[in-house]
Amino acid sequence: MKIPLIYNVRSLLRRPVSSATTAVGVALVVAVFIAMLALANGFRMALVRTGSPDNVLVLRKGADSELSSGISRANAAIMAALPQIATGSDGRPLASPEVFVPMSLDAATGGGDRLIVTRGVSAQAFEVRHNVRIVEGRRFASGRDEVIIGSAIAPRLAHSAVGDTIHFAGRGWLVAGHFSSGGSAFESEIWGENEQLMPILRGEFFQVVALRLRSAALFDEVKRILEDDRRLQVDARRESEFYAAQSTILRVILNFLAVFITGIMAIGAVFGAVNTMYAAVASRTGEIAVLLTLGFKPRSILGSFLMEATFLALVGGVLGCLVALPINGIVTSTTNWSSFSTIAFSFLVTPRILLEGVIFSVVMGVLGGYFPARRAARMPVVQAIR
Amino acid sequence: MRFFPLIWANLTRHKRRTVLTTASVALALFLFASLRSVVTTLKAGADVGSESRMIVQSAKAIVFFLPMSYKERLAAVPGVAAVTWADWFGGVYQDPKNFFASFAADAESYLEMYRSDLELPADQRATFLRERTACIVGQHLLDKFGWRLGQDITLQGTIFQGDWTFTIRGVYRAVDPAFSEDALVFHYSLIYERYPQWVNPGWYVLQLRDPSQAPQVAAAVDSMFKNSADPTKTGTERAFNANFVTMWGNVSFLMNSIGMAVVFAILLVAANSMMLSARERTNEVGILKTVGFTDRLLFALVMAEASVIALGGAVLGLGAAKALYRPTGFSAMGFLPGFDVTAGTLVLGFGIAVLLALASGLVPALQAARLSAVQALRHVE
Repeated sequence: MKIPLIYNVRSLLRRPVSSATTAVGVALVVAVFIAMLALANGFRMALVRTGSPDNVLVLRKGADSELSSGISRANAAIMAALPQIATGSDGRPLASPEVFVPMSLDAATGGGDRLIVTRGVSAQAFEVRHNVRIVEGRRFASGRDEVIIGSAIAPRLAHSAVGDTIHFAGRGWLVAGHFSSGGSAFESEIWGENEQLMPILRGEFFQVVALRLRSAALFDEVKRILEDDRRLQVDARRESEFYAAQSTILRVILNFLAVFITGIMAIGAVFGAVNTMYAAVASRTGEIAVLLTLGFKPRSILGSFLMEATFLALVGGVLGCLVALPINGIVTSTTNWSSFSTIAFSFLVTPRILLEGVIFSVVMGVLGGYFPARRAARMPVVQAIR
Repeated sequence: MRFFPLIWANLTRHKRRTVLTTASVALALFLFASLRSVVTTLKAGADVGSESRMIVQSAKAIVFFLPMSYKERLAAVPGVAAVTWADWFGGVYQDPKNFFASFAADAESYLEMYRSDLELPADQRATFLRERTACIVGQHLLDKFGWRLGQDITLQGTIFQGDWTFTIRGVYRAVDPAFSEDALVFHYSLIYERYPQWVNPGWYVLQLRDPSQAPQVAAAVDSMFKNSADPTKTGTERAFNANFVTMWGNVSFLMNSIGMAVVFAILLVAANSMMLSARERTNEVGILKTVGFTDRLLFALVMAEASVIALGGAVLGLGAAKALYRPTGFSAMGFLPGFDVTAGTLVLGFGIAVLLALASGLVPALQAARLSAVQALRHVE
């Protein structure tokens, strides 16, 4: 027969300070665990959302990032002419040959400068990258010195309000608008017209060409055609995979840190739980003896104490989730080392991460409760009842 | 001191509890020392580089080249003793995961500029300078890939297309441990042969005659190129390196917040364990009081017990961190060269241990001191 859970809850409440310190200890571990995973996840999602599986990104052969790529005007035209490329509302192919350069720009606060990706795009870019929306102002006008700024990075730059003039590359540019793109890395970029940006940046060539396919299934075919064309000398990547891969290094570092830090913290918290539970077992020797005399099996006693420890840790785990939840959405920034430039992104707490945190707390509870519970279950009745 | 046997007896009564509590304090302080060392190592990295050297880079962004013709003009600026330049090569060795820094440099002037920072045997230096396809690598990099002197290694160019094969003709050691030993330097002329129109200085390095002239030199250089197609931005080497460190984002804030959470979590564990012990001994405290132990003495005894646990944990945790990282040459895959637990971190760690002892011992110690003997003896657990 099982010992009712309410017995454990009441036992915990009889030792409020000891129970609370143990639960809060577990809560802190879980909160740090969730915060670190949310950081890694936020960075990854910003890059994952940047690419679309329907798009092909074409780079010069061997280039490992947009930064080190280069594609001539003639080759860009060859790619846009492929029949597999979707056409826009105006009947022209959905191809955006793009200029890509990180520029030093003044930070909004604290002086200093930041490297911000400046992307020169074609008029088709807004259909190729279909999640881009103007949230304030308007698009840049063709043929003018105008740019639009991503909504994540705009607050971090000086002279970035709509209507201001922002200076880079030896020229002033009117900020025509701000744009969002569903939390992707584009929100950390400045966009202007490719023909305006090209001559003042890196000379007569584009860095990448983004192509929208008629259907995502055509990717392998287009990749083969492009990479086999001896005039082009390019690598074609699925856009979504290309950007997601840029998050790898930082994600590995953050996940390693999360495991290393919270692993060590967890051992400390488990030790705390072990102490608490052993003390609980010791101070309840009489009670345990009574339970055994009443006919409860040692197995039930083991289960009961294990349940008590797990319940305590679970309370800590849920508390940890609640503590960590407010960090969701906090914007922070780091450098995307693939493009050498600043990327702003938000902590992203997902139900999955919360669940992992709770499971983590349960594991701590079971580990911390097992040995004390075993001692309780093995207690000789005669000795205990004295 | 004559009470030490009593304190020791109390500590060893619940051996398991004492060991577990001490171990969690040790783990916490190990973690604290590790996290703080990330911050101090990054700071040390930012301080590498001398105040007497300046970096001239493109004002547009670091990825832009500067014309080669600037070399002579920079050398002519008053206060400049020597000029060299280098460019980021960004080669991949076998797999993109094997990341390390590789530079194409104006080799002779480059080695001269960093003569006091890099230890390079004179014969290796001479061979490297004589041989067109030679390169030098840091000792750490050499060890990491198991290379040896004289070996040919091939890098795939990411910026400069194609395969590039270099012969290792020199292995340097960094004088300052925070200076990276994970780099490869070769002659820019090798790239020049294949791509004459492309290779250009990514940045110039200036040696100043007098570090105090840095602001004047910076102003002179930047105004000289202000209206050209390639305007420059000049700053001390130290500021240049510090800027790279800030690019990681607010690492110190992240590490410090986690460190606080760790310390607080362990405080709870230690305090809880002290309170458990104190509660079990209420009877004893009554007896001790009856036989003449003063309140003050009982307070001191509990505090001493808490201190042994906290300081014992600190010695173990901080000692392990100190013994682990530096001697094993840990550098987080080259990201944190010279990773070490500084004396400041150790002092701070012990400071935390003292606070931990005070905070965890205070409540039980006060309880013990304030307890009346009659009440304590009546207490039945």
